[in-house]
Amino acid sequence: MGKALLKRAGLLVGTLLLVSVLAFAAFSVIPGDPTTSVLGAEATREEIAAFRAQHGLDLPVWQRYWSWLAAFVTGDFGRSFKFDMSVSELVATRAQVTLVMAALSFALIVAISLPLGLISARRRGGVVDRLVTVLTQVTMSVPNFIMGIGLMFLFALVLKWFRPEYVPLEDGLGAHLRFMVFPALAVALPKSAMTVKLLRGSILGELGQDYIRTAYSKGNSQSSALRRHVLRNAMIPVVTFLAMAVGDIMAGSIVVEQVFTIPGLGRLLITEIGNRDYPVVQAIVVLLAAVVVGCNFLADLLYRVMDPRIDGK
Amino acid sequence: MVFARQQNSSMPKKPGSWYLTIGTVLTALMLLYIAVGFFWTPYVPSAMSAADREAKPSLRHLFGCDSMGRDVFSRTLEGAGSTLSIALAVLAAGAVCGLAVGALCGYYGGPVDALVMRLCDAIAAFPSVLLALVVLAVTGPGKYNVIGALGVLFVPSFARLVRGEFLKYRDRDFVRSARLMGVSGLRIIFVHILPNTWPVLLSGLTIGFNNAVLAEASMSYLGVGVTPTEPSLGYMLKDAQGYLFTLPWCAIFPAAVVILLILGVGLVGEGVRERIGVAS
Repeated sequence: MGKALLKRAGLLVGTLLLVSVLAFAAFSVIPGDPTTSVLGAEATREEIAAFRAQHGLDLPVWQRYWSWLAAFVTGDFGRSFKFDMSVSELVATRAQVTLVMAALSFALIVAISLPLGLISARRRGGVVDRLVTVLTQVTMSVPNFIMGIGLMFLFALVLKWFRPEYVPLEDGLGAHLRFMVFPALAVALPKSAMTVKLLRGSILGELGQDYIRTAYSKGNSQSSALRRHVLRNAMIPVVTFLAMAVGDIMAGSIVVEQVFTIPGLGRLLITEIGNRDYPVVQAIVVLLAAVVVGCNFLADLLYRVMDPRIDGK
Repeated sequence: MVFARQQNSSMPKKPGSWYLTIGTVLTALMLLYIAVGFFWTPYVPSAMSAADREAKPSLRHLFGCDSMGRDVFSRTLEGAGSTLSIALAVLAAGAVCGLAVGALCGYYGGPVDALVMRLCDAIAAFPSVLLALVVLAVTGPGKYNVIGALGVLFVPSFARLVRGEFLKYRDRDFVRSARLMGVSGLRIIFVHILPNTWPVLLSGLTIGFNNAVLAEASMSYLGVGVTPTEPSLGYMLKDAQGYLFTLPWCAIFPAAVVILLILGVGLVGEGVRERIGVAS
């Protein structure tokens, strides 16, 4: 275990470095200088020179990358081109919103998909199972921004369960969550459908195994065989899938934040892409990618803990 | 005990055939719909008509009109065609490059393979919507930029898929005997191994197609995809959101087109996977 772990950790660091190089390189090779788009076309030569010196744009690329990376790991993401603010400040307040939404989506996925997957596998071929199978297949095909628009239409405009205006955390946690549940649902529903399907297939696969026949022959009822023997094994791919899903949840938030006009990381990302404010865009991209890489690493770890056989390979 | 026996007795009816049938029919209908749009639209999609502004769906305007009096039916026809062509172009670019990279890496292996796979891992670390956003932030909006950006994104996943298949086959007896007979590496790759991988490739292609449709619609919705003058279902949805309550048909029909397109192709992929017995 130790050696494999060390190797994976090495890979993690390597991937993160590569991600940072890619993110940095992408914004360093852009045709056109960010100075013209930030300062405007009528900026004087002195202003441009001062701006370039202030943001270190006059240094060679590798030097810029190195100082950016060295500052980045200490939590200093540089200064925004557009706002007179440090990127860390700008990002921190927005990240909180996105994190709440992502956490809520994750909780919803687990809460929706586990019971549904279990029921539909237990009553295989039954009415509930057929209904769930059709519903998951359809839900999987709905892009999350369309799901968001649909939820908005149904719950905000027709049923009037919530007002389609963002409620910040300062207005109270309850009110904040009551609003955030709908965008979180938009992200969670398509992902839940995939999870239900995976869990159902995984349970059915385990039920066909010899050890389950043995469990029945030892006098286990269906539910005790499920509880004691099947679930533990059937959950392995599901847990891995859920850990990997965090990246998609984050990406989904970017789009769904636009639907519900939530001032999170995604909205900041989109507006600053428009403003060509690259330090902000770079920081958000690397942070999100780091979360994804971290979660993939976690998925790998969990997999090894839950299924020790993998170490033999 | 009862449960275990039921398993076997209820097995013969495979749902795979249904997935494939429904999926094929649905996809064919959508393709027909889009094909019609390439040649004929009832109105000029960008033509505004003051008299028909905010018209409800009727026989005159099947899907109604938007706030500027543009015919929604014509616009979905044109938008779906544009979405389809972009998705197919992305798929072609991603699949061809991914196939070449994956086949060479999987067949020859070695340090180059390890390096390329690390690079693929790094690219795959970005959620695809995020990466597409970054590339489009750099290149700016436009149809061809979207194709390029998404095409690049699709290479790693195809490369990995193809590589896995080639790893599976490269030490099989039929490949070894071909090698013994002096068949060249490229010929082994394309003539001996590639035909064996097509079911997996097909299933990968359906997933890729759906991701391409999804990504294109999302990018346009976010306003970084195709330029606003180009027809696009994503843009239609973005516009429609402002009139969601008063003109719901402006959102419902483009949304339905996207969903049905993804659903149909997804079902085909599902059916193929069930047929060949690959877990999805």
